[in-house]
Amino acid sequence: MAEERHIFSVLVENRFGVLARIAGLFSGRGFNIDSLNVAETDDPGVSHMTIVTHGDAQIIEQIYKHLNKLIDVIKVIDLTVENHVERELVLIKVYAEPQRRGEILQIVEIFRAHTVDVGPDSLIIEVTGDEGKLKAVVDLLRPYGIRELARTGKIAIMRGAPR
Amino acid sequence: MELSGAKILIESLKQEGVEYIFGVNGGAAMPIFDALYDHPDVKLIMMRHEQGASHAADGYARATGKVGVTLATSGPGATNLVTGIATAYMDSIPMVAITGQVFTHLMGNDAFQECDVIGVTRPVCKHSYLIKSGDEVAEVIAEAFHIASTGRPGPVVVDFAKDAQIHESLFRYPEKVNIRSYKPKVEGHPRQIAKAVELIHNAERPILYAGGGVTLSDASEELRELAIKTGIPITVTLMGLGAFPETHPLAMEMPGMHGSCCANYAFTDSDLVVAIGARFDDRVTGDLTKFAPNAKKIHIDIDASCIGKNVPIDVPIVGDAKRVLAEMNKLVHRVDIEPWMRQINEWKAQYPFEYEQNGDNIMPQYVIEQIYDLYSDAIVVGDVGQHQMWAAQYFKFTEPRQWLNSGGLGTMGFSLPAAIGAQLGCPDKTVVNINGDGSYIMTIQELVPAISMKLPLKIFIINNMYLGMVRQWQELFHQKRYAAVDYHDNPDFAQLADAFGATGIRVDRIEDVRPALEKAKAINDGPVVIDFIVDEEENVFPMVPAGAGLGDVIRGLA
Ligand SMILES: Cc1ncc(C[n+]2csc(CCOP(=O)(O)OP(=O)(O)O)c2C)c(N)n1
Ligand SMILES: [Mg+2]
Repeated sequence: MAEERHIFSVLVENRFGVLARIAGLFSGRGFNIDSLNVAETDDPGVSHMTIVTHGDAQIIEQIYKHLNKLIDVIKVIDLTVENHVERELVLIKVYAEPQRRGEILQIVEIFRAHTVDVGPDSLIIEVTGDEGKLKAVVDLLRPYGIRELARTGKIAIMRGAPR
Repeated sequence: MELSGAKILIESLKQEGVEYIFGVNGGAAMPIFDALYDHPDVKLIMMRHEQGASHAADGYARATGKVGVTLATSGPGATNLVTGIATAYMDSIPMVAITGQVFTHLMGNDAFQECDVIGVTRPVCKHSYLIKSGDEVAEVIAEAFHIASTGRPGPVVVDFAKDAQIHESLFRYPEKVNIRSYKPKVEGHPRQIAKAVELIHNAERPILYAGGGVTLSDASEELRELAIKTGIPITVTLMGLGAFPETHPLAMEMPGMHGSCCANYAFTDSDLVVAIGARFDDRVTGDLTKFAPNAKKIHIDIDASCIGKNVPIDVPIVGDAKRVLAEMNKLVHRVDIEPWMRQINEWKAQYPFEYEQNGDNIMPQYVIEQIYDLYSDAIVVGDVGQHQMWAAQYFKFTEPRQWLNSGGLGTMGFSLPAAIGAQLGCPDKTVVNINGDGSYIMTIQELVPAISMKLPLKIFIINNMYLGMVRQWQELFHQKRYAAVDYHDNPDFAQLADAFGATGIRVDRIEDVRPALEKAKAINDGPVVIDFIVDEEENVFPMVPAGAGLGDVIRGLA
């Protein structure tokens, strides 16, 4: 069976040990996590997780069912099959000698990224977007020398009114 | 009135109708044991090892359908419980396991007897709680019992910090539990049920395949009705034995690795498999590519994640087996499967469970037959190994909760402590423990509480002086290289029983088998241990070798 990438949006009780339960579900059954993001929602009692994973249709179905089976999980949506918005934020510390700064700042501007820190020989650039945009920026900056890179992992929610 | 967390725990257990707690004492649980010391309603059963305590709670739950409760101290007490928790988890047994934990200010410091119990037990329990304050206790216990006993049942771990046990707060037990993230689906979807019924009515070679879920959901009556109303033959797994009477003409006996040829051939040739509270375990299906290749499959299970896990399912029905079967029974009628029944009956007649007498040796199967003859109404608690399979094959179970064994985890040492729990839960029943020499000695210390409480357990050891099941595999697949299975250094179990203070009987001649079993029947002031010295190298047949299809079952060595 063909492997597919899926994005799950998971609402969980904001409680001790929830993250470990989710991580344990994946590691214990040999499922993959490509990225995972967790933070409180508007309701401090509830956290939202975005889990990006991949596997064949049967594995994806198992992941969906096992997430639902966890006692602390309130709701699971497989966003891949829904109309949704996904975003990721990346911080890139790029090597930037004074004479090359101009070029780098141009890239920043074209992609509507931001420069969030300036050091003697480096810049920290913040980019938000979908996968394609982040990849384009990173690829363009790579030749200058990327010293550090940190990404949030994807966050995603469904478009429109909640069902 | 303000009560300590420990007292609130015991009062909460009383609210849940708990009669017995099976435990072993220790530092981090002392306030709880203290609260139990003179409690009039909740009785502490002092087991001799925490593993035994957890199996006893499990046996109590399996025999009664109520939630079993076990209690241990932190660290080593808690880790000793883990095998019992995992055993209960694999077989979906409702249990609440309570562990003492070090003071909250010491947690995470590698304190004396500290262990991350929540972490250790996470993959082997349904859910877990850490109590860090006395005022959480009542709510946690109410939730723990609710979760353990509803949906697909299972063990819930409650780790209880010592300061929270001491801390006093107001006791108020929640009237009902409402967990927004936990709402098990019990009602089957009517459209799915209708689809299933249509498949049933149109099948030519249908079989029912029922598992432990039927017993757990108390659906044995509904299952009987479905089978008898439709006239469809039925196979019941090791975990479900007794959910349908093995003595009924429609019964094909258990399927799988050591199941009946009839059940395995029926799977292979069937055009419809109706699975009810069974999970297509690898010990049942054999090679999946050869499993029921021509059959449509209906799967009724309360756990959606069980459906379609191993085998693609045509009609999934998520719901409680009892409710779903009751709905189906309203719609089904008798099916005309005359030629199929003729085939089933032929297989049954041609390939019954059978064995050959070897010289003057006591054949283990003969012992089981005699036990069945004399104790057919008993609750039988089996351990793990060849003796377990012979018990499953030669004892004809007719009632749910009559056969208790560790099917999923296959935990040696389960049976003696589980028998204690079963006997306490069912004081009016005879409880027979069919044990192996290897399994028995793993939890032999639990003879002590059985003797102290004068429980009239019938402990029958099928002693082949081997880890027989492993020896069988070595004989068949490792050129008889009997590595680490020779148990000829076993102690004399009869003398040992006497030394413990039970009645020990050694039987090494065929003619003594029945009289010894009769004698055991008359001893009711404490446990009887009969050490049956049986044929050492007898094998369990039929056998579907690991990796083979059910149709390739080996009927015997000849
Ligand atoms: C705790 C544990 N350890 C090891 C095993 C592996 N095992 C399965 S059956 C078996 C042999 C059991 O021996 P015995 O109780 O004498 O039963 P027999 O097969 O001889 O009837 C072993 C070692 C197990 N199931 N459980
Ligand atoms: Mg043995």
